[in-house]
Order: sequence, then C-alpha cells, then structure tokens
Amino acid sequence: MRKFFADFYCSLRSSLRDLVPIIVVISLFQLLVLRQPIPHLGSIMVGTLMVIAGLAIFVKGLEIGLFPLGDALAHAFARKGSVSWLMVFAFALGFGTTVAEPALIAIADKAAEAAMQGGVVANRAAAMEDYAWWLRFTVGLSVGLSLVLGVLRIIRGWPVQYLIVSGYFVVVVLTFFAPREIIGIAYDSGGVTTSTITVPLVTALGIGLSSSIRGRNPMIDGFGLIALASLLPIAFTMVFGMLV
Amino acid sequence: MSAWFLSLAQTLVVTLKNVVPIIVVILGFQLLILRRPIPNWRRVLIGFVYVLLGLALFLEGLDKSLFPLGEIMARQLTDPAFIAGEGSEFGQALQWSDYFWVYLFAGAIGFATTLAEPALIAVALQARAVSGGAISVNGLRVAVALGVAIGVALGTFRIITGTPLYYYIIAGYVVVMLQTLYAQRMIIPLAFDSGGVTTSTVTVPLVTALGMGLASTVPGRSVLIDGFGLIAFASLFPMMTVMGYAQLSSLRARMARQREEK
Repeated sequence: MRKFFADFYCSLRSSLRDLVPIIVVISLFQLLVLRQPIPHLGSIMVGTLMVIAGLAIFVKGLEIGLFPLGDALAHAFARKGSVSWLMVFAFALGFGTTVAEPALIAIADKAAEAAMQGGVVANRAAAMEDYAWWLRFTVGLSVGLSLVLGVLRIIRGWPVQYLIVSGYFVVVVLTFFAPREIIGIAYDSGGVTTSTITVPLVTALGIGLSSSIRGRNPMIDGFGLIALASLLPIAFTMVFGMLV
Repeated sequence: MSAWFLSLAQTLVVTLKNVVPIIVVILGFQLLILRRPIPNWRRVLIGFVYVLLGLALFLEGLDKSLFPLGEIMARQLTDPAFIAGEGSEFGQALQWSDYFWVYLFAGAIGFATTLAEPALIAVALQARAVSGGAISVNGLRVAVALGVAIGVALGTFRIITGTPLYYYIIAGYVVVMLQTLYAQRMIIPLAFDSGGVTTSTVTVPLVTALGMGLASTVPGRSVLIDGFGLIAFASLFPMMTVMGYAQLSSLRARMARQREEK
C-alpha cells in the first residue's frame, strides 16, 4: 500500500510538471498582456487540481491497462496466424472508435453548416444531419481502412514513408479538385480522428505486432499506424466533398 | 458541491460512451475469434477503470479551468480594439504585423497544451521503451511541442493574411518529403505518427477557439472557410521538428566524433 502511494505521488508530481507551462502561459498573458485579473480564481484552481490528478491516474491506467492489452491482442493475433481476422479487427477498431468520436461529431456539424452556406446542402435540419452523418461515416471508413493498410504494412514490412509520400501526392492532387469549403475541414479531420484512448491502444497494437513477427523492428515497423490514420481521412473527406 | 459531482458523473458517462465501441470490438474478438483469455485480465480491467476515471477527471477539470479561460483570452486577444492599441486612431486598417501578441499567444499556447497532451505522453512512453531509452520522453515531447507552436503561430498568420491553406500544406509536404530522404530510418515512422497524436483533447478546443475568434474578427474572413486549418498546421510541423531533432542530434554526435579523431 505504501509503495502504491509513493508511486502515485511520483506520477502526480510529473503531471503537475506537465501542466506548469499552460498555467504560466495563461497567467502571464492574462496579467501582463491583457492586464486583467483571472476570473473565478477558486473554481479554476479546483479545476486545475482535477486536471493534474486526472492526468496522473490516466497515465497509470495506460501502463497497467491499455499498453498490456494492445500488446496481448497483437500477440494473440500473431499466434492465431489469421491475417484476415486481424484485418477485420483492425477495421472494426478504427471504424468503431472514429464514428463515435466527439471531436469528429463537432467538426461534422460545422462542416454541414459550411456546406449549407456554400449551397451544397439544402437548408433543412434533416439534410444537414444527413450530410454530417455521411461525413462521419466516410471518416470512420477511412480510419478503418488505414488501420487495415497499416497492419498489412507491418506484416509485409513496407517502409511507411512510401505510403505516406504517395498519400501526400493524392491529397495534393485532390486539393485542386475539391470544393473550397471542404478543404479546411478535410485537413483538420485528419488531426482530430485519433483520440486519447485510441492512440495508446493502436500504438501498443502496432508495436506488439511488429515485435511478434520475426524480422520486424518495432521502432521502424511498429510506429506509423497513427500517421496513416491521420492521412487517409483527408483524402476521403475531399472525395466526399466532390461527390456530394 | 453536488453540482460538481453531477457534472463529473456526466463527463464520466460521456467518456464511457466513447470507450464502449472499443470494449465491444475487443471483447467480441476476444470471445468469438481469439477464444483465449487476456493475460492478467484483472489488472487490465483495473487499468481501464483508471483510464476512464483519469480521463473524466482530466476533461472535467479542463472544462472548469483552462477551456473557459483560454477561450475568453482568445476572444480578448483577437478583439480589434485590443490589437489596435489604446493610442491609435479608430478605423485604421490593421496590418498583419499588428497582431504580434496573437502570434506569440498562439505559439505559447500550442507549445504548452502539447506538453500536457495525454496521447503524446502515451506515444513518448512507448517510444522510450522500444528505443531502449535512446529517445527520451521529454525530448520527444519538447520537439513535438515546438512543432505545434510553430504550426499554430503560422496558422494564425495565414488566417490574418487570408492566404489559401493549401499553399502552406503543400510547401510543408515538400519539406517533410525532403527531410524523409535524409533522416535516419529509425525516426521516420515515429515522426509521422507524432503529427497525428499532437492534436487531441487539450490542444484542439483551445486552438479551434483561437482560430474561430480570429476568423470572426479579422475583416473579410469567413469563420467556416478560414476558421479551420489550424489543426492541420499543428499536425504538419511536428513531423519536421521531430525529424529535425533527430538530424540535429546525429549531426552533433558526428561532429563530436570528428573532434575526437583530430
């Protein structure tokens, strides 16, 4: 028990250190540049303490829960030796986590509004909801496919830069054909798809896979899943904007 | 006090909802396809509970402290009355150079929020473990944070000047490709990944507030067209800084070796 608390104290201290920069930036700007007192100081202090405790607990949970889980799944699939089930799993994980992602829901609603102003979608609630839902579906599909592609890449040992650089070409070419109001949203959708719980799990999965397949180096082959999952949605969203 | 607990419980429910698809997928495959128990499943379960609780506390705390404050500040800093300064004439057209404090704030907040990003901590921990300690957790995080800082500052410059987003993105892609040719193979996948992980829980809301605030106050900008794009900047530049960091440290190592040989 004492070891547990000593451990927890350590992680609290490191998460406090992680937050110091934000606190410094915000207070400096508030006091020196804007020259205003900080409003609701009490509630902000309580909130900051919650952030610090939450971050410490989260990181602890990563180490004892999510990392071993991703690793165990990767090894179990490698031992089973069925590539097709692994692909289905990768797709389900990518699609399932992305479609429900709150940041994506927020962006999709904004995108529907932009499309409405651009005259692509009728100004009706149902039409806009439809547009937002299909956009989320498209992004979910693209993240699912990128995990499939990424897992295939780990198994085959393709260098990630070939995939990424050819992806860039596709994105750049599509940019010239996509309608103007979708471009900003498309580029942003790449960044928001990968959430705080998905990232550790997917990273652990990639590293676990590459360390259980002979001839793969976790450093070279294990990383790269997130990169694909942030690139493919850009291309898919632009195609979506062109088709609708 | 009870209102606090109520809203914490609500956040917990929302977090739980996000995790449900992950749990369904994993459990489904575990039971139907793999048919093999997870080793130490009790520990993993406790870890999951920690992750959920920690994330809920983290998000709730952000909602109580940093988010409202950051959003108010983004609005105040982008307010034309503040930017023009007290002494200047009203109605004077603003130049891009008048927005000095906005660039500084954008860079500083991009840097600071990235250091607190939980997903980046996760990737940095993995990178340290896989590289056998050659990549330090804080070194990687500072490199990524620098990239986000440059990206967000440049992104605000783009909104203020109103230049098209894709010029910057395409130029950025070219730089990333050139760096990829010369970077060590070991660092490339990690650098590409660090682009995607930087922008999540902490950074996205604050940076989006800044972008929307700017796009709505700068004359001639549309919130819907120009307000987006900061996230894209924030995920592009970390790739350059992470590869740059690796290239710089290998260059230093080579120079040190040459000096020894002399």
